[in-house]
Amino acid sequence: MTTVEAAGNQVRIPSEVRRQRVLGVVYLLLAIVVAWFFAMGSEGDATFRLGEGGQDLDLTFSAAGMGWVTAAIFAFLAGLHLTRGLGRRTNLVLAFALALFAFAFLAWAAAGSSFSLLGMLRTTVAAATPIAFGGLSGVLCERVAVINIGIEGMLLTGAFMAAFIGTLTNQWVGLLAATVSGGVMALALAVLAIRYRVDQIIAGVVINIFALGLTSFLSSQILVENSERFNRPGVVQAIRIPVLADIPVIGPILFNQNIFVYTLWITVAATTYGLFRTRWGLRSRAVGEHPKAADTLGINVYRMRYLNVLLGGLVAGFGGAYFTLGSVGAFNENMTAGRGFIGLAAMIFGRWHPVGALAAALVFGFADSLQVRLGILDVGIPSDFLLMAPYIVTIIVVAGVVGRARPPAADGQPYVKE
Amino acid sequence: MTEERTALELETEGGPKGPRPRGTLRERIAPSSVDWRTVLLVPLLAVVAALAVGAIIIALTEGPEDISTAYAALFRGAFMGVGPISETLVNATPLILAGLSVAIGFQAGLFNIGAEGQMTIGGMTAVLAGFMITGVPAIVHLPLAILAGFLGGAIWGGIPGWLRARTGAHEVISTIMLNFIAYRLVDFLLKQPAIIREGRFDPISRDALPSARLPQLLDWINPSLRLHGGFILAIVMAIVVWWVLYRTTIGFEFRAVGSNPNAASYAGMSVTFSTVTVMAFAGGLGGLAGANQILGVLNSVSPGFTAQIGFDAIALALLGRSHPAGVVLAGLLFGALRAGGQVMQVRSGVGIDLITVIQALIIVFIAAPSLVRAIFRVRAGEGAGQLTRGWSA
Amino acid sequence: MNILYGLYEADEGEVLIDGQPAAFDGPGDAIAAGIGMVHQHFMLVPVFTVTENVVLGVEPTDALGRIDYGEARQKVAEISAQYGLEVDPGAIIEDLPVGLQQRVEIIKVLFREAEVIVFDEPTSVLTPQEVEDFFEIVRGLRESGKGIIFITHKLGEMLEIADRIAVLRRGKIVGEATPGEVTPEELAEMMVGRPVELVVEKSPAEPSGPMLEVEDLVVVDHRNHRAVDGVSFQVQAGEIVGVAGVQGNGQTELVEAITGLLLPISGTIRLDGEEITHTSPRHRHRAGMAHVPEDRQRDGLVLDFDLTENLVLDAYYDRPYSRGIVMNWVEARRHAEELVEQYDVRTPSVDVLASHLSGGNQQKLIVAREFARETKLIVASQPTRGVDVGSIEYIHQRIVEERDQGAAVLIVSSELDEIMALSDRILVMYRGRIVAETTPSETNHGQMGLYMAGQTA
Repeated sequence: MTTVEAAGNQVRIPSEVRRQRVLGVVYLLLAIVVAWFFAMGSEGDATFRLGEGGQDLDLTFSAAGMGWVTAAIFAFLAGLHLTRGLGRRTNLVLAFALALFAFAFLAWAAAGSSFSLLGMLRTTVAAATPIAFGGLSGVLCERVAVINIGIEGMLLTGAFMAAFIGTLTNQWVGLLAATVSGGVMALALAVLAIRYRVDQIIAGVVINIFALGLTSFLSSQILVENSERFNRPGVVQAIRIPVLADIPVIGPILFNQNIFVYTLWITVAATTYGLFRTRWGLRSRAVGEHPKAADTLGINVYRMRYLNVLLGGLVAGFGGAYFTLGSVGAFNENMTAGRGFIGLAAMIFGRWHPVGALAAALVFGFADSLQVRLGILDVGIPSDFLLMAPYIVTIIVVAGVVGRARPPAADGQPYVKE
Repeated sequence: MTEERTALELETEGGPKGPRPRGTLRERIAPSSVDWRTVLLVPLLAVVAALAVGAIIIALTEGPEDISTAYAALFRGAFMGVGPISETLVNATPLILAGLSVAIGFQAGLFNIGAEGQMTIGGMTAVLAGFMITGVPAIVHLPLAILAGFLGGAIWGGIPGWLRARTGAHEVISTIMLNFIAYRLVDFLLKQPAIIREGRFDPISRDALPSARLPQLLDWINPSLRLHGGFILAIVMAIVVWWVLYRTTIGFEFRAVGSNPNAASYAGMSVTFSTVTVMAFAGGLGGLAGANQILGVLNSVSPGFTAQIGFDAIALALLGRSHPAGVVLAGLLFGALRAGGQVMQVRSGVGIDLITVIQALIIVFIAAPSLVRAIFRVRAGEGAGQLTRGWSA
Repeated sequence: MNILYGLYEADEGEVLIDGQPAAFDGPGDAIAAGIGMVHQHFMLVPVFTVTENVVLGVEPTDALGRIDYGEARQKVAEISAQYGLEVDPGAIIEDLPVGLQQRVEIIKVLFREAEVIVFDEPTSVLTPQEVEDFFEIVRGLRESGKGIIFITHKLGEMLEIADRIAVLRRGKIVGEATPGEVTPEELAEMMVGRPVELVVEKSPAEPSGPMLEVEDLVVVDHRNHRAVDGVSFQVQAGEIVGVAGVQGNGQTELVEAITGLLLPISGTIRLDGEEITHTSPRHRHRAGMAHVPEDRQRDGLVLDFDLTENLVLDAYYDRPYSRGIVMNWVEARRHAEELVEQYDVRTPSVDVLASHLSGGNQQKLIVAREFARETKLIVASQPTRGVDVGSIEYIHQRIVEERDQGAAVLIVSSELDEIMALSDRILVMYRGRIVAETTPSETNHGQMGLYMAGQTA
C-alpha cells in the first residue's frame, strides 16, 4: 500500500476530538463535585496518619482548603481539555487527577478527625497483589495472542492447592503446589486453545467453570469434613526488610509485607525486562503480533505460546495462593470472588504492559481498601458502589473513553500452520 | 466450462486485505448445513465422556464402589417418577431461557457471557413489579411482572450491545463486568427500606404477590410438585426464537451479521442495529430466566439467587449448537443433571458440585470434537473452533 | 516455493543445495541452509522497529538472553550501506512506505547470510519507479554472488531481470527459456496454456447526462491518512468509466465512500441529481446503485448461507420477499431459481451453500444479485479477480449490456488489461488523487504505467 506519508498529512481524528471534549466535561463535573461536596461540605482539619506503630508522622491540613485547591486544579484541566486538548499526556494527567480526587475525597471523609492513611495504603498493596498476579498472567498469555479468561479459575485452583497441600505438608510446599496447579490449568487452556483450536474464550470459560466445580466439590468432600487436618495452612508472616523498611511512609508500605508482595515486585520487574529486552520477549511479542512472520523466521509459534501460557498459569497459581496463605488462612468455596476478572481488567487498563497491569491493580486495590475504610469512617456512601468501581472503570477503558488500548494484533486468533 | 486456474489467477486470490477470516462465530457454532454426526453423535459422546471422567473423580475422592450408588441416585433423581421429572423440568426451565439468550447471541456473532447478570437484573425487576404493583388480577399482574423481567434483562443486555456498536468495546469484557455490577447493584437495592423484607437485616427482598406468581401445573397430583408455568414460557420462547431467527427479516439480519458482518453491511444491513437489538433480545431472555426463578420458584430475590445458571447456559448453548431445539434438549439434560445431582448429594454423599465439573467437561468435548474423535475413534464433525476475533475485533 | 522455504513439506522429491540433498523441517532449516525468502505479503511485525524485525529469530544475545541492539543496529547499517538499501534502523515498520518495507525484508534475508533469495511477486505492490529501484537492488545482489529466484507473472519484468526463465503451470515446469530468445507472446502462451485475448465486444458509448457526480471528495482511511484526497469526476449514464492505479492508492476507499460504507470527511456525491453523500448504503441500494465488492468471499457473500439467502441479501426487507418482518421464503426461492438460470450460475440447486460454488460461480451469483434490480449505477471493484476465463467473458458482457440499457458503470481494477478492454473512459488514481483522464484509444500500456506511477505529462 502506497499510503500517504505519515507526517504532515495526518488528520485529526474526530473520535480523538470527542474524547478530549468528553474528558473536559468530566473534569468540569469533577470540579463541581469536589467544590460542592468536599470543599463546602467539610469543616475542620483532616489528619492523615502516616506513621507506623507509635511513630508520630501526621499530615494535618484544612479539609475545605484541600477541596478548593483540588476543584481549582480540575477546573483548570477542564479548560485545557476543552480548548486545546492534552494529546499524549492525557492518560498520565488523568492518573494524577484520579489520585488527587481520591486524596480530596479522603480529606473530606476524614474532616474533623484523623485516620491512618498508611494503613490504608498497606491494605491497598495487599488487595492489589492477587489482582496484579492475575493481570501479569493475562499479560504473559495475551502477548503471545492467547486470550486468558481462565485467570479466575487458575487463581482459585492455586488458592485451593495452597490450603490443601499447605496443611498436609508445610506452607512452602503448599506454595509450590499452588504454582504448579496454576500451571496445570494453564496447560489445559493451552492444549485446548493451541492444539485443539477451541475458541479461546470458551476454553477460558471452561477453565473457570471446571476450577470452580472441582475446588468446590473437593472442598465439600474433603476439606469441610476435617478442616483441622486439611484446611489449616496458616498465614505466611510478613518479612521486614532491614533498612528499607525504615524509610518513612514508603518503607512500611513496600518493604514490610509478606512474600507474595515481594514476589510481585520481582515478577513485574522480570516480566518487563524479559518482554522488552530479551530474545524471549522479542519472540513472544512477534508471535502475538504477527505469528506468520515469526514462523517464517524459524520461530516455533506453538512452542512460544505453550511456554508463555504455562508461565502465565504458574504466575496465576502462585497469586492464587495469596488468598489462603497470604490472607485468610483457609480455603472457602469461590473465595477469589471475581478477582481474576479484575486482573483481566487490570491487564487491559494497563495496556498489556506488566507495569501498567501493576498500576491498574493498585488502583483497583485502592478502591477495595477504600471501601473497607469508608465503612469505618461512616460517610454514607454505599460500599456496593465502591465495589462496582473497578468494573465500571474497566468498561470505560474498553469503550475507549480513556484512550483506546491496543491489544496484540493477533490476540485471540489461533495460528494455523499451512 | 472448465475452471482453469491460470498463473494470473493464483496470484491475485485472497485480495489485498489478506484472506477472508475463517470460521466466524455462527458458521462454526450454528452451521446451516448439518451432518447428523456433528449434531447428535458428538454431543452424546461428549456427555458420555464427561460422565466417565466424573466417575473417575468419584472413584478418587470417595472410592470406586460409590460410582454406581452416585450415578444410580443421579438417574433416579432425574427421571424415575413424576416427582423427579417435575424437578428436572423445574431445573431445565431457567437453563433453557438463559441458554436461548446465549444461543441467539452466538447466532449473531456475539458472545453473551452476561446471562448471569441479565438474570440478576431481570429477577430484580420482576420482583419489584411483583410486589409494588398491587390490586390487579393475576391475568394482568403476571404478564406485567414477566414483562418487567424481560425489560430489565433487555436493558442490561442492551448496554454491552450499544457499547460494542458505538465504541467497539468487546462484549465479552463488558458482559463479564456487568455481571459483577449487577450483583452489586442488586445487593445495594436489596438493602433499601422500600425493598428489604420487613424484620430482616440481610439483603433479601419482599415476596412477589401471589397474583404475580407463575401458576403451579401439577399441584392437582401432589402439592409438592414444583413444576410451574415457566416451563411453558420457556418452550414458547424457544419457538419464538426459532421463528425470529429463521422466519423473519430481523433474524435474517442477525444471522447474516453473525456469519459475515462485512457482507451484511455491504448488502445495506446495519451491523450496529443488529448488534444492539440482538444483545437486548438476548438480555431479555436472560431476564426472563431470572424472572422465571423468582416468580416460579423462589418468590423473592436474594444475592446469588442465579446459582451460576447464566454460566451453565454457555455450555448449554454450545451443546445445543445454538439452535433453539438443541437448546431445549440440552436444557432438559442439564436440568436432569441438576435435579439428579441434588438427590445424588443426599443419597450418596457425592457433592452436587460434581455436576458443575461434568458440565465443564461437556463443553470441552463439544468445543474440541477432535478430542472426542481421539477418544472414541469416530469421525466427528468440525468443532466450535475459533468464534471470536480478539478484543479489538 | 513454500516447500523450498520449509513452510510446506514435500511429498516426494528432494531439494539439492550445492549438490547435497537437504530436508527442511521448517523455515529455520531453510534459513540455516542459506535460503532466504521475500514473501509477497511482507512478513514484518508492524509495531516493531526495523532492527527488531531484522534480528527476530537470530538475535545477538548475551548469556542472559538480553538482546544486544547496539550490535544489531550496527550490522543492519553495514548491510544497508553495502547493498544500497538505505533505511532508518530505528523506524517503526508501519510508518514506512511499502518500498522501504520491502528493503527491510531484503535486509532481513541478507542478515541471515542467505545465498539464495526467493522473491515472490515482489513488484505487485510497487509503482513502476519503485520497481526500477528494486531492480537495481536485485542486480546488485546478483553481482555480489547471490542466487535469485524471482517469481512473477509479469512478462515484461521477467524478460528484463531474468537470466533464465522457468515457466510453472499447475505444479509443473512446462518450459524453460532465455530472455532474448523468446518473445513475450510465446512466454504468455506457456504460462496460460492457450492464447488469451481480452477483447470485449461493445459498441461506442452513448453517454446521456451525468448519473454519478463526485466533487472534492476527501476520505480518511482507518489509519487516519487521507486515502482519497480531493477527487472530482462524473460518470454519465450509458458509459463505462474505469479507475486504474496500483493497488492501495485510494481506490478501495473511493468505492466505499460512493457505496456508503465509509463516510467522507468532505466533498459531495450525487446520484442522478440527488445528493447521497451521507445516506446509508441501503438508501443508495434503493436509489439504484449496485455494488460488486472487490473481495467476494469477504464482502460479497455469506458463505454459509445458501444461494437463496445470498440472492436476497440486499432485497429481503421488501416485498415480495417479506411482508412486515415475516420472510416469504417461497417467493425468495422462486426468485433465486430464476436468477440462477438467467445468470448461468452452475449449481445443483439453490439450496447449496455459497461456499460450495467455484470462484467464478460465486462471482456470477453476486453479479446476478446486483444486476437483477433496476440499476442506475454499477460500482464494480475487481469484478473478475480470480475468476475463470469463461466467467470473465460472461461478466464483461453483462456489464456492457447494463451500460447499453442506460446504466452508468464505474469499474475499479488493478488489471490494466481489463480497464483497457472494458472502459469508455479511464481515470488514473495515484496517492488519493486522480492524476490522469484518458480513453483506451488515446493511450497505451506504457503511458498508463507512467500515469500509475504519478508521472503526468
